Amino acid sequence: MKIIVAIKRVVDYAVKIRVKPDKTGVETNNVKMSMNPFCEIALEEALKIREAGLASEVVAVSMGPLQCVDTLRTGLAMGADRGIHVEATTGLCPLNVAKIFKRLVELENPGLIFLGKQAIDDDCNQTGQMVAGLLRWPQATFASKVVLDKEKQVATVEREVDGGLETLSLDLPAVITTDLRLNQPRYATLPNIMKAKSKVIKKYTPQELDVDIRSDLEVVQVTEPPKRKAGVIVSSVDELIDKLQNEAHVI
Amino acid sequence: MATRALLNALSKRPLHFSTTLISRSASTLVLAEHENGSIKAQTVSAVVAAKSLSEDNSVSLLLAGSGQSLKDAAKHAASCHPSVSQVLVADSDKFKYPIAEPWAKLVQMIQQSGEYSHIVSASSSFGKNVLPRAAALLDVSPITDVIEISSSSQFVRPIYAGNALCTVRYTGANPCMLTIRSTSFPIPPSSADSKCNEAPISEVDLSTLDEDYLGKSRYVGHTSQDAERPDLGSARVVVTGGRGLKSAENFKMVEKLAEKLGAAVGATRAAVDAGFVPNDLQVGQTGKIVAPELYLAFGVSGAIQHIAGMRDSKVIVAVNRDADAPIFQVADYGLVGDLFEVIPELIEKIPEKK
Repeated sequence: MKIIVAIKRVVDYAVKIRVKPDKTGVETNNVKMSMNPFCEIALEEALKIREAGLASEVVAVSMGPLQCVDTLRTGLAMGADRGIHVEATTGLCPLNVAKIFKRLVELENPGLIFLGKQAIDDDCNQTGQMVAGLLRWPQATFASKVVLDKEKQVATVEREVDGGLETLSLDLPAVITTDLRLNQPRYATLPNIMKAKSKVIKKYTPQELDVDIRSDLEVVQVTEPPKRKAGVIVSSVDELIDKLQNEAHVI
Repeated sequence: MATRALLNALSKRPLHFSTTLISRSASTLVLAEHENGSIKAQTVSAVVAAKSLSEDNSVSLLLAGSGQSLKDAAKHAASCHPSVSQVLVADSDKFKYPIAEPWAKLVQMIQQSGEYSHIVSASSSFGKNVLPRAAALLDVSPITDVIEISSSSQFVRPIYAGNALCTVRYTGANPCMLTIRSTSFPIPPSSADSKCNEAPISEVDLSTLDEDYLGKSRYVGHTSQDAERPDLGSARVVVTGGRGLKSAENFKMVEKLAEKLGAAVGATRAAVDAGFVPNDLQVGQTGKIVAPELYLAFGVSGAIQHIAGMRDSKVIVAVNRDADAPIFQVADYGLVGDLFEVIPELIEKIPEKK
């Protein structure tokens, strides 16, 4: 069985982002970019499944500008067997990504697709669900535990839902999106980084895949959130209780 | 699907005319979550949001499930908010559990006959799971986590863990699909006493729902955390502990303080990962988003991912030993001190409240 993992290149999670003065977006020039943390978890899970002998190949897919190849190399250095880069110069919304994905699935025929539950830049939390919808495959989102039964071709997935955990059983092929608790992604070692340079990254464009990139969403503006007014430092518990009672009136 | 694509292509041009039409009268389908025979508060927030889409909006609530609990919930739905003009009920074993595959199919099916201008759900784990899948089936882009509705086609949503706000305009075909952040659409207290106008309840014809792929995911089980305390998402007061608590044993102090305040307990990712508390208590970009009247953070450094989940709280109190902790930049009241001394003192001195 082949596993496809989607990985996205985003502004590093530790970067304090800056909104552009012209309100068209967030500054991404000269900002550290990394693999989306949820995608790292997705890739780690796929690699673990392959190492357990339940999958034969892990293919990493990234969509976007040329620099996505760097992110793919990181994925290959972690252990993915090969990469696919769908080069798109315009921004892709989750619906576009899902449509491209559907085409790639038709070409690659995987038994399982892993995606992160959300990208930490657009915070959409949509792509996995949309891929599953377009493919008519079962989905398990926000996975915190995945157990594969190779014989029965079934994945048992524990999901993080409001108020606790839910367990689903899915017939393969299926789409799984990963939550933070699923695993601890590995670091790429130097020899593996060197090895990754010789791994294959196949290139496509959306046109080659016959996917029409159109958007039904238009960004009007991006602004900074309202600033909170400066707070005060109190010196004792008594003062704190006094402020909460008589100034803020919340207790 | 091909005809729909064609329709989309055709509707591209005259769209600017049709959007002005929508703003005068909209029809909205709200996906309802129910439990033990009543509608969840988050769903009522979604109705509040739907109401603000346009002056003249007919709001239909869609419930799915089976058995008596569904019947009770439908009754509750009919009078849960004065804006609800219709309750649609899908009664089938397929909906015994809130699984995405049949739900998304149901939404697609209803949209094909109902032609709603908007489909809304709360940004709960249910809404996030179901709505994008349904949107893909309908070939439209959904909009996640809306915090403000400017018009029937213009919305504000946070991006980059709430460090920027993005205003988007929906220019596509019907339906415009949204999940809304329930803390941004509070339920007015008056809506509770409007029992008089009960919306009509009608059953959805499910005869065309049968598709073989719906059986490919099956519900196995659910482990819920004990819910003695108020729900984290809607609590008036939230007390949160971070890594500074050092152990699950020490976290009990936070729980004790929460008890005294009638508060919900939250946690940072560090506290969850260290095993102090279960993960459904996590507040932040990847956990729950809360906006209580009072948020008390103990031993929380204030990483951007955590701030994303609580920055809209009315009053934020931070207690931390490190005077440079970023949490103090968003706190209204900060106390630099040892939480192992501060928490017991607070428990002792905070007036009893019931």
